[in-house]
Amino acid sequence: MGHETAVLVEGVAKRFGATRALRGVDLRVPAGGVFGVLGPNGAGKTTLVRVLTTLLLPDAGRAFVDGIDVVADAERARFRFGLAGQYAAVDEQLTGRGNLRMFARLYRLSPRAARRRADELLERFELIPAADRIVATYSGGMRRRLDLAASLVVSPSVLFLDEPTTGLDPRGRAEVWTAVRDLVATGTTVVLTTQYLEEADRLADAVAVIDSGRVVARGAPRELKAMTGSERLEITVPAVDDMAPAARVLRAATGIEPVLRPGSRTVDTGMGGAPGEVARLVRELDAAGVVIAHLNVRRPSLDDVFLRLTGRATGQAA
Amino acid sequence: MRALDAPPPAAASPGTHPVRILVDGGVIARRQIEHLLRRPAGLVGELALPAIIVLLFGYVFGGAIEVPGGGDYREYLLPGVFAMQAVSGIGVTITTVAGDLARGVMDRFRAMPMARSAVPVGHTTASLFTGLVNFLGAALCALAVGWRAHRGVWLLLAAFGLLCLFRYATGWIGVAVGLSFKDEAGADHAVPLLFPISMIANTFVPTDGMPAWLRVIADWNPVSAVTAACRQLWGNPGMDRTHTALPLQHPVMATILWSVGIIAVCAPTAVWRFRVAGRH
Repeated sequence: MGHETAVLVEGVAKRFGATRALRGVDLRVPAGGVFGVLGPNGAGKTTLVRVLTTLLLPDAGRAFVDGIDVVADAERARFRFGLAGQYAAVDEQLTGRGNLRMFARLYRLSPRAARRRADELLERFELIPAADRIVATYSGGMRRRLDLAASLVVSPSVLFLDEPTTGLDPRGRAEVWTAVRDLVATGTTVVLTTQYLEEADRLADAVAVIDSGRVVARGAPRELKAMTGSERLEITVPAVDDMAPAARVLRAATGIEPVLRPGSRTVDTGMGGAPGEVARLVRELDAAGVVIAHLNVRRPSLDDVFLRLTGRATGQAA
Repeated sequence: MRALDAPPPAAASPGTHPVRILVDGGVIARRQIEHLLRRPAGLVGELALPAIIVLLFGYVFGGAIEVPGGGDYREYLLPGVFAMQAVSGIGVTITTVAGDLARGVMDRFRAMPMARSAVPVGHTTASLFTGLVNFLGAALCALAVGWRAHRGVWLLLAAFGLLCLFRYATGWIGVAVGLSFKDEAGADHAVPLLFPISMIANTFVPTDGMPAWLRVIADWNPVSAVTAACRQLWGNPGMDRTHTALPLQHPVMATILWSVGIIAVCAPTAVWRFRVAGRH
């Protein structure tokens, strides 16, 4: 165990007119756990998920879900995955119960089994009180939970979650995270796309960073963070014009290229980890006449990795 | 911890298996019908539409229209009203299909191992159900204005059978066309353009008053065949003249051939377009 492959992607390319949404993506997602696909808006995350869930045909390359070719054997593949998306893919004009029964029937459960399965899922996702209300009256969080329930009608081997928490309030986000963790505990492999680094950091065992239709980095969140040095120093200066001098001093003192946070007065740098390094850097900044308004030492986050890999902060469009 | 495991899916019969198409199509049809039943206003509209037509033509225009061969205009009119309800299947499925394409739930359907033709089949089946509501509305006001079928119960039912067949066929035209629209709003603009289909025909007035070129179109309009078939089977006036156009000489056969022809062309087109829509 642990060496099985849940999803295999080889050289998948997809073009929409002049836009090359995917430019040859290679990916192997091991079975079990949560795999994060991380990238800014427009990076190609959703296109990749749509290819893997048979909604789009790739122009080139091959993709397998649970060992089944999603192009040549699409119908069989559809039994192996579940899909829950950014836009809850449920019928707004039916009740929650009506939705789940309908999907269960379409997954070839008998009418009686479909009723039972719908009840189980409603209970599991705490939707019993709202079961007989039409979905149009549901809150955002309830819709996502129903969407998640609908994608689990036949316990899929792989569950694709395309930005499952985009647009949700913190409570709704926490509900989805709990549901994802519970699912993984039952042995489902979850492939999660997100533009929130915090989400990938909290949930994912491994991530791939996608930018402009390519995988630009992959590994455990811990490994990716290690790319940016052991600890990071953030210096906030009084004015935007002070950022360049501060960066010059830090670059000379550490030998690491510092990051000027766009839209802020903060310069952020990796450190080598030598004892007394923070004190030394502060002394050098002081000697060069840089005024420090605020200082913070922290462990690196995936944000730092992202900024380093793509040259853009997360949430900024490509 | 409660097991989340569902029973394993039944041995995978392919999505092209006739049983799968029937079962999955039935599930989708039921969904469409539920949508209709959840909007009582829409349902009342479907019932009331024929009454408005009967009022307009039977009482507003009717006095000025002479029935060929003589007879009561409202007896002449009602078969046309039924035919109009039958052809309105086009507009119904254009709207429901275009609306579905814009909805997120369509992605779920496409990512599920259901019959690929289930969604189109479901929409046309549900359109037939809506048609039954229209026919019921038309029948109620037909009886109220004094229309009767004069040739017995079997021919009465035979005509309703033809109306249902034609209604089902026109639903397929609507699915094939509706897949060209991106959402309901686009389709809503197109549907009023269908109005002439039921008007350039023998539904409300005899075609012999039309200019020659228009008369050819009207006589060969499938709606004319359906109307003439109903007049013939119900013994309503307007049928005693020798029609020159072939479909009106044999309206029952013409209605069957038109319907089968429409289904034969539009159903495969609709299913194929539905399969590829959005996949490229």
